[in-house]
Amino acid sequence: MTNTRLTLGVALGAMVAASAASGAELRFSCYQDGVECDVWAEQLKQFEEENPDITVAVEVVPYQSILESLPVNLASGDGPDLARVTDFGGLAEYMLNVRDYVEDPESIEDRFGASLDWARVGGNAEDGIYVVVDQLTATGPFVNKTLFDQAGVEMPGEGATWEEWAEASRQVAEATQSPYAMAMDRSGHRFMGPAISYGAEIFQEDGAPITVDDGFRAFAEQFVAWHEDGTMAMDVWAGAGGATYQDAAQEFINGSLVFYLSGSWQIARFGRDIGDAFDWVAVPSPCGEVGCTGIPGGAGIVGFNHTEHPEEVGKLLEFIARDDVQAAVMAATKNIPASRTLQEEGIDYANASDQERAALEVFSSAVIDFSPVAYAFQGYANNRAIMNSTVERLTQAIVGEVALDAALERIDQDVAEAVEAAE
Amino acid sequence: MSGIVRRAAASLYAFTFNLFERPMLAAQRAVGMRRVAWLFLLPNLVAFALFTFLPIGLNFVYALTGSDAILLADRPFVGTANFASLLDCASYLDPNSCRRDIFWRAVHNTGWFVLLQVGFMVALALVTALILNRDIPLRGFFRGVFFYPVLLSPVVVALIWKWVLQRYGVLNAGLEEIGAEPVNWLVRADWAFFWVVFVSIWAHMGFYVLILLAGLQAIPAHVYEAAEMDGTSKWRVFSRITMPLLMPTMVVVLVLSLIRAVQAFDEIYVLTGGGPGSATMLVLQYIYETGFASQPRLFGLAAAASILMAVVLFVLTLGQLWLTRSRAEGDSR
Repeated sequence: MTNTRLTLGVALGAMVAASAASGAELRFSCYQDGVECDVWAEQLKQFEEENPDITVAVEVVPYQSILESLPVNLASGDGPDLARVTDFGGLAEYMLNVRDYVEDPESIEDRFGASLDWARVGGNAEDGIYVVVDQLTATGPFVNKTLFDQAGVEMPGEGATWEEWAEASRQVAEATQSPYAMAMDRSGHRFMGPAISYGAEIFQEDGAPITVDDGFRAFAEQFVAWHEDGTMAMDVWAGAGGATYQDAAQEFINGSLVFYLSGSWQIARFGRDIGDAFDWVAVPSPCGEVGCTGIPGGAGIVGFNHTEHPEEVGKLLEFIARDDVQAAVMAATKNIPASRTLQEEGIDYANASDQERAALEVFSSAVIDFSPVAYAFQGYANNRAIMNSTVERLTQAIVGEVALDAALERIDQDVAEAVEAAE
Repeated sequence: MSGIVRRAAASLYAFTFNLFERPMLAAQRAVGMRRVAWLFLLPNLVAFALFTFLPIGLNFVYALTGSDAILLADRPFVGTANFASLLDCASYLDPNSCRRDIFWRAVHNTGWFVLLQVGFMVALALVTALILNRDIPLRGFFRGVFFYPVLLSPVVVALIWKWVLQRYGVLNAGLEEIGAEPVNWLVRADWAFFWVVFVSIWAHMGFYVLILLAGLQAIPAHVYEAAEMDGTSKWRVFSRITMPLLMPTMVVVLVLSLIRAVQAFDEIYVLTGGGPGSATMLVLQYIYETGFASQPRLFGLAAAASILMAVVLFVLTLGQLWLTRSRAEGDSR
């Protein structure tokens, strides 16, 4: 009897010890434009060494899964403990406020203040720490400089208008027999930069959206006209349905595109895939009637409020926010840091080519001058509804399914309905 | 030797029978002789209830409730508002006049797709089956060739054709080689719809060829021999013997292909994404995008659209039953 009790006691003790030693395992769903998740997986080994009771399982998933599957999982109370996401407004209600779980919230506030606001929407706390942005992005154009040189056309300088760039790109495409003069990612996010430059204000004074105003309409008309006259590559916007994202990066890499409006996240890919095949440069955003802006954006790592390990998630986010960690990740991924101190100090992109460094410099300095409307749009909780409807409806106008006026009317209706449903 | 095998088989049979006899008798005593059948049906019924009837019920609940919440407790009852929203049209023939214009474009596209895809596919499948039923050289090889696309994943089919049809694809390379102008096949609405129908026929025809081939081979040879002895013309043999005797199989093929065409999604989604614009968007893609890819996610609207689609499929299935029964009654008279 004594032996039995002893055995049971030892077994129970062993179970308790094993349970304590096993600690917490955090599931981290990560999407990557380039090598971001691979780099994070390496960095997180250091976190696991510093916190032996926590393990992090990095699951690399497609971006489409982050956009479409993750929100449904979260809505049903399921999903990973953390994820790398871009739709901060849409996912805000599921995010974990880690302010109480980090040792130095003020340091995070000081360094990431601007991007922290992007998740402080809806019912989220105004001083909450919900996201650590690990890739600050800026939309802007890339230009195939070699094609300009071959065509003998002078590249428009800083402050050039959209019309001047369109004219120059057309001339280059014609002279070099390139199939595409201009292209823009099939994304409402990309569209909004030039739209704001043309005067789109997006919001009324009370903060409610007025998507289609004179500025929005002006660029929409120009955009559709450029598709009709062949300036813009039809394949990108007309080559898909619904609000599906599609880029033109491969056309640019192939050297068949003169001017490409995309964003800073393409730099590493272009550096890797174009190599020295031709010279390419990033240029400042062209100007419209009222400005010359792109749209800020970014990807960030967030914890979710259904997690059973909020303290561990807080520890991990604090590690991710550390400047030494961020600096290493930015250098390896060739991304722009969101940390103010790193922006001021600069990142040593040791593995970047001269072209990549120059492009990073253009985008880094552009972010500072972006229009306040662009920042407000990025932080708006229902911005994806505006972006999706813009893409879907303008494509209908581009392919001639509906008149532009009807498409713009539908955008207003779609956005009003989406905002009402979200509220 | 055979005696040993027979005895072993008998022993095995007796062992198995005895193994189940006791629990069977116990079950019969417990629930009664007539009800014991339900015990056998129970596992299947549970599976059906969990994976078929429960989702159908949930779908109805979603269709009758609103908001973008996924948990039922958070969804307010809205009655038939989702159905009313889908059916709110000044003219059903003009999607632009409808509140849900994309839904009605998808309905129109689905109607045309079903008409063209099923019509051409069944006709081509019949011609192919008739040819493959003849004693032609390499008959086995050709049967394999026509059936091969059926074995491919729809995503693979769509990707292969995308490589063929894109701006710098194989087809345009061929056209340029012979001096013709390349065409942006998947960006022009009319061509995109043509290729969606074409690829769908290419991918699925083999399956129906196989069914029709089986139907043709089931027609007794002596009927043809009698017709040949009577000197009946080939057209008359086809129209008066082959087609009437093949009709039950044709009905099955027609209804199966109709239902499959209404449910088309994966190939088209990968090939064109429903574009350009909404030129190739079918109802199933609309349901998917409304429920899962839009913001906010309108689960109620998507559920209502799926119920409307289920009604159409139900009518098609009833049509099949009616055709099959009237055929059977005609045969028995």
